[in-house]
Amino acid sequence: MSVFRFFRRGGSAPVARERLQILLAHERKASSQPDLLNVLREEILAVVAKHISLDPDRVRISMDRGDPVSVLEVDIEIPNKFDMPKSGAA
Amino acid sequence: MGKVLVVTSGKGGVGKTTTTAALGAALAQTGETVVVVDFDVGLRNLDLVMGAERRVVFDLINVIQGVAKLSQALIRDKRLETLWLLPASQTRDKDALTEEGVGRVITELREKFDWVICDSPAGIERGAILAMRYADAAIIVTNPEVSSVRDSDRIIGMLDSKTKLAENGGRIDKHLLITRYDSARAHRGEMLSIDDVLEILSTPLLGIIPESEDVLRASNVGAPVTLGNRLSGPGRAYMEAARRLQGESVSMTIPMQKRGLFDKLFGRRAA
Repeated sequence: MSVFRFFRRGGSAPVARERLQILLAHERKASSQPDLLNVLREEILAVVAKHISLDPDRVRISMDRGDPVSVLEVDIEIPNKFDMPKSGAA
Repeated sequence: MGKVLVVTSGKGGVGKTTTTAALGAALAQTGETVVVVDFDVGLRNLDLVMGAERRVVFDLINVIQGVAKLSQALIRDKRLETLWLLPASQTRDKDALTEEGVGRVITELREKFDWVICDSPAGIERGAILAMRYADAAIIVTNPEVSSVRDSDRIIGMLDSKTKLAENGGRIDKHLLITRYDSARAHRGEMLSIDDVLEILSTPLLGIIPESEDVLRASNVGAPVTLGNRLSGPGRAYMEAARRLQGESVSMTIPMQKRGLFDKLFGRRAA
């Protein structure tokens, strides 16, 4: 790798351009919809909590921004002895 | 009615103050009247770069608070009689700037001068927003480097949403000025090229200022590079950028930095 790098030394500008293009595409979207992750988190939790009781602290949401796809990861830990539907909702 | 320009960037250290001084002096040399206004309250430096640091008596905050009249705070350049400076306060903080007060001062300056050039502080907070608030046009100073380009993108978004002009449904004129450009490194693929930056920020180019030791030399002696060393690479690049601001169509050159044999052999670079 280092030998390979040695011969390609100096070609870091294309990497910079690509990283910027991906990052800015997302940041521009995000600025028109601020705090998207928190909104998603609240709404997803609300839906799940309707059916399963869960501990909001045991929920992880992460976003991996990439090109051409981004991954939104929602990791909800459900206690082993989870309660079934809270109220009488079918 | 004069035109109000803001020189902004988001990121610090990219050359806002150098650019404000250089463009101000370049425009003033064409006979138009220019005032450069330092908005970096608490960290003023435009006075130093302009070589007027020992002549500051009153400042922008004094004028806003009614302690001094505008005419008392304005400092006329000793070399160019069409060039003036309105310094920032060194002792106060940015909270002393009020939107209404800044608006009053800008209105008065606009009546008196052909060009009002506002040197924005770094960052995206109050001081930076007030510096751009009443601008008709913006110069976004960017280094061909990832963090500077990212911050410029952010600032462009703010110019389109937080300025008075944008709020009233208008569109602020935006010009990109790429500073500290090293065409040799860009050619070798070591530095983002002009085309890369333009493609990413999709903002029209005002000029390309080469990386050069002349810029540091200019600030060392307190003479804008367009006054002290007009024939240097950056001097010429700023003079051409000023002509473009005046609506002239000047072909875009990438000024090459001249390096002596010694520099080439030992790879010494401008600081």
